[in-house]
Amino acid sequence: MSVRRLAKEQPESFAFNKKSEAEIKFWLAKYPEAKKASAVIPMLWIAQKQEGWVSEPAIRDIATRLEMPYIRVYEVATFYTMFNLAPVGENLVQVCGTTPCMLRGAEDLISVCKKRIGKQHEISEDGKFTWVEVECMGACANAPMIQLANKDGDHYIEDLDAEKFEALLDDLAAGKKVKFGPHSERNASEPHGTEALTDPSLYDGSKAKPIKLPNTEKEEG
Amino acid sequence: MGTQLLQDKDRIFTNLFGHHDPGLDGAKQRGCWNGTNEILQQGRDWIIDQMKASGLRGRGGAGFPTGLKWSFMPKEVGARPHYLVVNADESEPGTCKDREIMRHDPHLLIEGCLIASFAMQAHACYIYLRGEYVTERLALEKAVKEAYEAKLIGDDNVHGWDFHVYVHHGAGAYICGEETALLESLEGKKGQPRLKPPFPANAGLYGCPTTVNNVESIAVAGTILRRGAQWFSSFGRERNVGTKIFSISGHVNKPCNIEEAMSIPMKTLIETHAGGVRGGWDNLKAVIPGGSSVSLLPKDICDDVLMDFDALQAHKSGLGTAAVIVMDKSTDVVKAIARISYFYRHESCGQCTPCREGTGWMWRVLTRMAAGESTIEEIDMLLDVAGQVEGHTICALGDAAAWPVQGLIRHFRGEIEERINNYRAGKPVFVSQVAAE
Repeated sequence: MSVRRLAKEQPESFAFNKKSEAEIKFWLAKYPEAKKASAVIPMLWIAQKQEGWVSEPAIRDIATRLEMPYIRVYEVATFYTMFNLAPVGENLVQVCGTTPCMLRGAEDLISVCKKRIGKQHEISEDGKFTWVEVECMGACANAPMIQLANKDGDHYIEDLDAEKFEALLDDLAAGKKVKFGPHSERNASEPHGTEALTDPSLYDGSKAKPIKLPNTEKEEG
Repeated sequence: MGTQLLQDKDRIFTNLFGHHDPGLDGAKQRGCWNGTNEILQQGRDWIIDQMKASGLRGRGGAGFPTGLKWSFMPKEVGARPHYLVVNADESEPGTCKDREIMRHDPHLLIEGCLIASFAMQAHACYIYLRGEYVTERLALEKAVKEAYEAKLIGDDNVHGWDFHVYVHHGAGAYICGEETALLESLEGKKGQPRLKPPFPANAGLYGCPTTVNNVESIAVAGTILRRGAQWFSSFGRERNVGTKIFSISGHVNKPCNIEEAMSIPMKTLIETHAGGVRGGWDNLKAVIPGGSSVSLLPKDICDDVLMDFDALQAHKSGLGTAAVIVMDKSTDVVKAIARISYFYRHESCGQCTPCREGTGWMWRVLTRMAAGESTIEEIDMLLDVAGQVEGHTICALGDAAAWPVQGLIRHFRGEIEERINNYRAGKPVFVSQVAAE
């Protein structure tokens, strides 16, 4: 378990903006009206995307709108580790540190973070970065990797090493766009230069021709 | 029996690598949504019987027969609607396969959702993605939208079964991969597992009959029914049949996801698709064959073990999610397992005392052991504590935290002892072995 508390300093108020309201509408339509509490995680996430973090007034606002007791929303905000309970830098760098990434050099990335950004969870002096070590992000065949959250969204950046990672941080510090996905010759998680999935008949449309279902009475008769 | 590698013509996930169009047109071109109507016309009993006959076992880790699971849903729909919930909270360390399905072959998943929901008389399906999978979620939402627009799903769709797919997400909690924790989370609560019974088939989402399946289990359904149960069951050994996506990570030359036949020898899998172990097969130290929750296996077992449920279980490990984590001889194996213990400590939901306290205790002891700063007696004490966590919690996270520790002691006790002795003798506790080449 991780102990998580709300930040000491909180803003006076919170209000969703127009863009967020449109997203909330989209999410609320997914659940039965009587079960709208289901939207609590998506709404906290929308609040975080708007403000960069989840504040106490945001929790109160969401509780009111979902007709949930404040403490229930508070519980959710503190239970799930993706909610930032305090402000973060312009670029939130989340380094996966779990064993599959560790085996391929995640500790080197963490050293770079310590050297360049400073202490975990704290905003760098220039306000540009916050870094945290997180648990397995499910991109183990592209280890080591990070998830970058900034104004351009949330993206995995994979197949890294200390050198590539330093270059990436340089670019981010300079306000440049960076490449998302694998920083290698690969497209995704395929073995580089594989012969698997190269049979042209898979892609020539022959699989889309009408088929006769096996194991049906019609077939047997 | 020579090893027959899976051929391209028998691969289900033909866009696993993302080299082709993941959209509806591309998916149809590759055979998805082909004959779906005819499949539904055969009726739900036929679908469930075929799924049972295919021998498909759940791909999320536990390996429960999928067709049988579907048959547990009430035969008649009462006052409460039925739900299908797809577990896309892929978080088991080493596992990264469902991600590729959702961003590259999303229509196979959506088609599978329709077929499974029809078979279980559900008109609504929720797909619960882990929160970190933001790009995967957007890719899946896009595919869902395409399916609605093409009237493949939705009210009055071409398949004649009103059906809705809703994409939902979490926010960073491994425990939500446990099916009842997932349901709690989907209802807007902390992800703490429920006591069973009642099982979800009786009282699941919103108290209604619910089946929770892994992404891969659902996404293979359409192809199995199109090609026939006997086609699917022709791969692998009895009780362990089918094709499966293996995620290979760690110290291999080419980490990857690859769909292969079940029961493929581990060595063949690693050497054929992952470019072999870094420094050659003889540089192998150990492999975790099924995600971090299962016991690691030392090289001598890896030499000829098959990648399936029974073969790995016979070595007190498991196929789990088929996430193969490879460790070469440079690995500090005690530290590697200590890091897994840290993971479980971090992810314990805190509900059951043995897990909440035990995971932290095991991590602290293992961390000291990795540095040699413990006593020989503590090895047995650690084993004892692991045994007290295992089987004494509501969900399997306690077991999952205990098994890697038990496996480490079972196979590498000598190495832990050596480390403790080195520390006491003032020698370096661990010297990494580097490959000869």
